[in-house]
Amino acid sequence: MSLDTVATAQSSPNTKQPFAELGLKSDEYARIKEILGRRPTSSELAMYSVMWSEHCSYKSSKVHLRQFADKAPESAALLVGIGENAGVVDVGQGYAVTFKIESHNHPSFVEPYQGAATGIGGIVRDILTMGARPIAVMDPLRFGPADAVDTRRVLPGIVAGIGGYGNSLGLPNIGGEVVFDRTYAGNPLVNALCVGVMKHSDIKLAKAAGVGNLVVLFGAKTGGDGIGGVSVLASETFGASGATKRPSVQVGDPFVEKILIECSLEIFAEDLVLGIQDLGGAGLSCATSELASGGSGGMKVALDRVPLRDPSLSPEEILMSESQERMCAIVEPGKFPRFLQICKKWDVSVTAIGEVTDGNRLEITWNGQLIVDVPPRTVAHEGPVYSRPMAQPDYIDQVNSQKVNIPILQTAIEVKAAVLKLAAAPNLADKSWVTSQYDKYVQGNTIQSHPEDSGMVRIDESTHLGVAISTDANANWSYLNPYQGAKLALAEAARNIATAGARPLAVTNCLNFGSPEDPGVMWQFAETVRGLADGCLEMGLPITGGNVSFYNQTGAVAILPTPVIGVLGVIADVRTRTLMSFDTAGLDLFLLGQTDEDLAGSEWAFLHGERTGQAPAADLAREMRLIELLLAGHAAKLFHAAHDLSQGGLSAGLTEMVLRHSVGAIISVENVGVLLLSESPGRVVVALDPSKAIDLQELATHYSIKAEKIGVTGGNSLIINDCIIDLDELRHAHTSTFPRLFG
Amino acid sequence: MRVGVITFPGTLDDKDAARAITRSGAQAVSLWHGDADLKRVEAVILPGGFSYGDYLRAGAISRFAPVMKSVIEAAGEGMPVLGICNGFQVLCESHLLPGALTRNSDLHFLCRDQEIEITSNKTPWTRTFSINEKIVIPIKNGEGSFQCDDKTLAQLEDQGRVIARYVGDNPNGSRNLIAGISNEQGNVVGLMPHPEHAIDPLTGPSGAGLGFFTSILNSMVK
Repeated sequence: MSLDTVATAQSSPNTKQPFAELGLKSDEYARIKEILGRRPTSSELAMYSVMWSEHCSYKSSKVHLRQFADKAPESAALLVGIGENAGVVDVGQGYAVTFKIESHNHPSFVEPYQGAATGIGGIVRDILTMGARPIAVMDPLRFGPADAVDTRRVLPGIVAGIGGYGNSLGLPNIGGEVVFDRTYAGNPLVNALCVGVMKHSDIKLAKAAGVGNLVVLFGAKTGGDGIGGVSVLASETFGASGATKRPSVQVGDPFVEKILIECSLEIFAEDLVLGIQDLGGAGLSCATSELASGGSGGMKVALDRVPLRDPSLSPEEILMSESQERMCAIVEPGKFPRFLQICKKWDVSVTAIGEVTDGNRLEITWNGQLIVDVPPRTVAHEGPVYSRPMAQPDYIDQVNSQKVNIPILQTAIEVKAAVLKLAAAPNLADKSWVTSQYDKYVQGNTIQSHPEDSGMVRIDESTHLGVAISTDANANWSYLNPYQGAKLALAEAARNIATAGARPLAVTNCLNFGSPEDPGVMWQFAETVRGLADGCLEMGLPITGGNVSFYNQTGAVAILPTPVIGVLGVIADVRTRTLMSFDTAGLDLFLLGQTDEDLAGSEWAFLHGERTGQAPAADLAREMRLIELLLAGHAAKLFHAAHDLSQGGLSAGLTEMVLRHSVGAIISVENVGVLLLSESPGRVVVALDPSKAIDLQELATHYSIKAEKIGVTGGNSLIINDCIIDLDELRHAHTSTFPRLFG
Repeated sequence: MRVGVITFPGTLDDKDAARAITRSGAQAVSLWHGDADLKRVEAVILPGGFSYGDYLRAGAISRFAPVMKSVIEAAGEGMPVLGICNGFQVLCESHLLPGALTRNSDLHFLCRDQEIEITSNKTPWTRTFSINEKIVIPIKNGEGSFQCDDKTLAQLEDQGRVIARYVGDNPNGSRNLIAGISNEQGNVVGLMPHPEHAIDPLTGPSGAGLGFFTSILNSMVK
């Protein structure tokens, strides 16, 4: 095939072009022609197709996501907000922390190991490009039914991929989620969070400034993997052709990424780059157009200089390739020799592929012939924006009007059976089978990891400053009421930070939904964004960035609306953190917060096949008072332990607490059926010395939070009224589910 | 006292090893794989990680690094050398220690708090422990199953060169529950679990791993 140059495009306006196969609609293709005043070359078409994909352009979500800016609370902590590779917050002592979640859902279904592995690789590079050293990762995961045949293919592959890549990078994995539901069969969710730390002065941005400065590509060579990953793979629903899309999945090499991280940090430390961008989704198309439009706009690139793994790649393929472990930097010519030296030390391949120009066009040549000549902003930022039709789906009124109809527990036998059943339920069972495949110790700064309420890492060994992160979603509630679901997930993530004694500071999110072309899904999405924006404004927490993943849908079946909310908090001295559970007998156990008959959307209802009723209404003012109570109690050294109650309610919370250090508890409560199983939000169990009970009551009164003594710690059993469950029996139920399913 | 910590491309636990050395009271000295200079260190640690991405076999490429030639020479002259996890694999590939570390028996990477029993305190790395002392330190590897032929195993056992064993379930299928061994002279030790991740209960399952680092300090400073 002959080279399709700009000159050719001008002289052959009527050439048929495969825009539809590349994922572009006919009106989008028309708009490209309008922008350029001619038909695009095949290389330009390749660039626009990946950059205007749903995954890169946020074309369906943009109109809604604006609320995050419009409703943004005042925050002195926010140093870099939405729009850069990742947001940055001030955590004090001159430190800045950056964190972000991204999805790698579609690739992980098609090829679980590589899909999940490269999901880690991508988010880690996003954090690195901000100038930060990555210090930890977390993985919220969702799968089809735990006993489904395909889950036995998908889950072990994804877990091994996350471990295989993350462990090799030397990043501790400090938490996440593993949740099962039939709607995720065929659409597993692999979200990956990374957190990084730097000094304020080290923040780097994606921009190409200064005429004559070099555009430098470094890291792995470019191959034919991941071509069109963001467009044909991530931005369409799956039909029957999942497996045929395997070439669109990237193949990762964590060893190269580890070297790239160390090399980049050394380059940053010597202040050798002006702007930097990683090559992830949409590869070079994204990096060049975003860097150029982040600066003055002009850039010239000689594409034939890109080092290739496969010399037969065409310019279009090079522009679309999503080969991993590559970075693009803007470097002053005078600093380039030192840049080369550092790359040589780390055996990292490096090539200057172009330079910043004084124009406002991105010009790309292939062996001297001009094949791309575009205004870069039209590629990177001025893609199509859709106000897609939306409508409240019919199921909402139907499920909201039905009550959960499950008999309430009465007898000791029923209570015991329920506690054991919940302890063993796949969504609540011990996840060690998964988490033991992740290195949680590397770097030597992990204070808390799974199964704690939050992950916590120390960022300064001398001052003991640390950060805590939690990710949460409750798709059952989001299904019943997406607006409340988003607020409730935000509240839960913030509470999970505060139980340890850390103060919530900032929010990130990964919004996983079905097809935006379905008005019902679009309504779920819009309601979720509205809820999250309102919630963050009310709680005073800035959103630092996020990710939208649409098209998680097989045929007509969309996933449950799954907004995964990540909250980052800061703790001045990690040594003082409140533990998740108690290791001594004789402590008082108090339940903080109000328990209502909230079985709608609960795990207990789910286990009975019921997903009906109304989600609880989030009371964020009360959530904030509870957080203040937890922080005040932490400061006053009141608590031996504090543990958030969420899925599985008090039953699951107590199970986790008594098994943690094998110290039992004696619980004495009224209305045991509701109290054990309800998932009313805004509740925490705390353990404290009986002599401090009066101080707790004072705090509870001060913050208007209900505090009720429910029992004491001690013994070898979990005793709930007249029901006695031996800890060994409980442990067996809790720990045998995953080995049995995935052995 | 100066203790070297080697960084290969892909090494991950070098900072942790250096932190443990510092915590024990010795001075940690960074050694670079491409530099044969041992910088006047009196002992060397090969830390964990995935040197060279475990390409070919874990440790198979690192043994050819310029620094390893110096380490092999120095070990022959009696310098204490400790290989942890990937470092153990490198020592086996370098033939400073016998046997090999193969894929865990259940084929999964395994990270957990592991009880081990110290079975020899004759090496410079285990001197401060008492015999049969049990400690809990992390294990984290995909290829930690110690294998060797029967004759080698008999030698290791007869000569008291098994320095630590796993307690309870065999985590990876190692022969005779072997967690660590030494060479005949005792100065070269390989250990699969990670003492450098157990120097402080704040960040590890215990502080007992520090014993390996205070041992070397006590061995050298007399």
